[in-house]
Amino acid sequence: MPKISIQDLKKIKEKERARMVLREGEYRAKITVHMGTCGIAAGAREIMTYFRDRIGQENLTDVILTNSGCAGLCAKEPMITVELADAAPVKYVLLDKEKAQRIFDEHVLAGKPVEDYALARGSETRAT
Amino acid sequence: MCASPYYRMQLMICAGTGCMASGSLEVKAALQKELTKRNLQDDVQIIMTGCNGFCAMGPLVVAYPDGIFYNQVKPEHAPLIVEEHVLKGRIVKELLFKEPVAKDQVPLIKDIGFFGRQRLIVLRNRGLIDAENIDEYIARDGYSALGKVLEEMTPEEVIEEVKKSGLRGRGGGGFPTGLKWEECRKYNNFPKYTICNGDEGDPGAFMDRSVMEGDPHSVLEGMAISGYAIGAHKGYIYVRAEYPLAIKRLQKAINDAREYGLLGTDILGKGFDFDIEIYPGAGAFVCGESTALMFSIEGKRGMPRIKPPRSAEAGLWNKPTNLNNVETFANIPPIILNGGDWFASIGTEGSKGTKVFALTGAVNNVGLVEVPMGTTLKELIFEIGGGIPKKRKFKAAQIGGPSGGCIPLGMEDVEIDYESLIGVGAMMGSGGVVVMDEMTCMVDTARFFTGFCVDESCGKCIPCREGLKVMYDKLTDICEGRGQEGDVEFLIELGHHINSTSHCGLGKSAANPVLSTIRYFRHEYDAHIRDKHCDALVCPNLIDFVVIEDKCKMCGLCHKNCPSNAIIWEKKTVARIDLEKCTKCRTCITNCRFHAIR
Amino acid sequence: MEDRDALLKKKVQRTVEVLPAKELAKLDEVIARYAGKAGHLIPALKDAQEMYGYLPMEVQHRIADGLHVSPSHVYGVVTFYSFFTIMPRGRHTIRLCLGTACYVKGSKEILETIVREVGINVGETSQDGRFTIEAVRCLGACGLAPVMMIGEDTHGNVDPKDTLRIIQAYE
Repeated sequence: MPKISIQDLKKIKEKERARMVLREGEYRAKITVHMGTCGIAAGAREIMTYFRDRIGQENLTDVILTNSGCAGLCAKEPMITVELADAAPVKYVLLDKEKAQRIFDEHVLAGKPVEDYALARGSETRAT
Repeated sequence: MCASPYYRMQLMICAGTGCMASGSLEVKAALQKELTKRNLQDDVQIIMTGCNGFCAMGPLVVAYPDGIFYNQVKPEHAPLIVEEHVLKGRIVKELLFKEPVAKDQVPLIKDIGFFGRQRLIVLRNRGLIDAENIDEYIARDGYSALGKVLEEMTPEEVIEEVKKSGLRGRGGGGFPTGLKWEECRKYNNFPKYTICNGDEGDPGAFMDRSVMEGDPHSVLEGMAISGYAIGAHKGYIYVRAEYPLAIKRLQKAINDAREYGLLGTDILGKGFDFDIEIYPGAGAFVCGESTALMFSIEGKRGMPRIKPPRSAEAGLWNKPTNLNNVETFANIPPIILNGGDWFASIGTEGSKGTKVFALTGAVNNVGLVEVPMGTTLKELIFEIGGGIPKKRKFKAAQIGGPSGGCIPLGMEDVEIDYESLIGVGAMMGSGGVVVMDEMTCMVDTARFFTGFCVDESCGKCIPCREGLKVMYDKLTDICEGRGQEGDVEFLIELGHHINSTSHCGLGKSAANPVLSTIRYFRHEYDAHIRDKHCDALVCPNLIDFVVIEDKCKMCGLCHKNCPSNAIIWEKKTVARIDLEKCTKCRTCITNCRFHAIR
Repeated sequence: MEDRDALLKKKVQRTVEVLPAKELAKLDEVIARYAGKAGHLIPALKDAQEMYGYLPMEVQHRIADGLHVSPSHVYGVVTFYSFFTIMPRGRHTIRLCLGTACYVKGSKEILETIVREVGINVGETSQDGRFTIEAVRCLGACGLAPVMMIGEDTHGNVDPKDTLRIIQAYE
């Protein structure tokens, strides 16, 4: 990879931002599993594996599965954030595989947030 | 519902009155026709079901085994469903149920106490970026502060901006970061070093871990900027060995940054060289002290040395060295991008910006919170932390790790900043806040912290090495029922000696937990010594282990949980404890919901 | 049942084993990697401990020779940092967090359960070589307090009642 200049930095930023805000047509949904040490200890890895398997089984190409650091609310780990293209992100807490399944079926696939497990919607910091 | 063994897939079409009225039979016919056309009638079964209860959105089709829920399906959608879903396994997005906008039942994040009151600067990227993807960090303005510094600013201007921000060290000391950098820049003795202190040792503090794991590039960027400002080309990150994930992610971040030329030689083509190496610690609390940490990097026992010379003059390998904490470095890029004045507009007179606190112990929302300096302890514990679980009462908050102090009930209105915490006998430390409820014995807590400091004392100077041990033994005596009149006065005197005659930060504050608990909870010490009673029911020798008959609700939980069968209980009788068998393990006390055992 | 105080004070004596020369020779690789560089004693010791599981005297001497530092310096470093051990360990290391958050949430009771049921105390290894117990100050997973690590697995929200069940899963 070539070393980058300040202009390249800006280009990467533009390109990446477009991907991160789920621009229309490219990606429909993004699932972020919060995987800090406490999340992993609470079982985030199992949740991650589950989503990866499901996305594979359903052959979905328009869902991004990614991980991120601790979301801060350690008492309610494992946590995930599900964001659909035209909706505010929703944070889910205290997950297990069964809950993950419902979230995948009802929110990721069918577009309806699972109120039973949701903690909040919206983003802590301004979306880019 | 599972698919029948003979069919690969089932399409359930709602035949309730509502859906029939909106045309589900036509949909069924169209789907059947489409399937037959593609010779799939033996693979896919069509089932008419009863009402789904969602009549407003009919006709409804649910595709199993996946349970995909299509609504407002029209006959002309049939080819699409068969082609996309049945054949290719892709979901037909247009037909998925979309939430009407108004009815959001899930609350907004800003309406939730835990999130709504936070202000994120250090944790600006938390939960938003993939820590192992440098592009995502760049997308959120990552490395643009470094770019700005290298392109537009002289090192002096960088230092000026940091000074203007009023940023103070977040590792505990609270020394102004800008002044530290300025001091280090002064010396013309090369090579210089900049070190990130990631030896987060305070029990109950994990904000540095979270930043290193969740946003490692922000630390690297802050370090590179500090390197530019003081004239260093080499940085070290000293990380606790207990944080393997942090080490892994930092290493990945360093590798990626090197590939992009954001570390290494000629960064961003601006002629500045800077590289970073991780140095994993080996488990010694005292290595959080700056001079001890530098000795540890040199491969020696991590024992603090006498200052001066200050590290800025002669630190690592006797060269000018700047050392900041993880959180401090993570504050640097936003300060550079938004300006020192912006940062200084947040917080209090003497403490600018935000502080990350690790909220733990007896509090509902255990977690990491970032709030402006000057937030009250009450807001922190009750509004953000969600209060105390199990309807218990707040007793005290311990702030600042093992060398901090306890802030009791009645003082929770204190505004948290560097000076006010010292005023009430605690300190900022690294920002660990451990909440304690009425089930916590303050004497036992003081003993615990003293025991911690005894274990972690490096042994170099006597007040800390010997004095703490004496203190610990005295506290043990009190907790085990051998306390005598005069013990408390002795502890106060010894504590002041230890604090005033030790030479490093650990020793100088090691007696704080004892002194601050005596200051606010003298009555508990007195109860232990005079009445031989521990009100919080923690110290086993000072508990009677008798059932208070009025309070006993005869539930038998104590009986069921007792590991030594020492509790005599039958239905509808008050429990009784057989003191012959009782091992004083306190299982009954923790299980009793009615505080009926004392 | 033994008196709890006596249990808490009981120590298990261990002998230091002697490594065969062939095993010891593997150390030269590690030494070669770090020799001549300033400040690499601690990483070298880490690698050595990873290889042998602990740092017996012979290993310390050989590293001292190889890196041209005095054996007393090596011993000083080894005994200073809690990461290093000069005693062989059990097959599973139980790291029980006794940090503030875990302490407040009752990790002391878990320790007492382990002492009572497994019969060893902090810093000791069971006679059958199955467990070594270590008390650690903070694993940084305070949100799940009380926390216990067995090997690489982290167990959070441990209840004294669950402790035995969790431990017994490790053979």
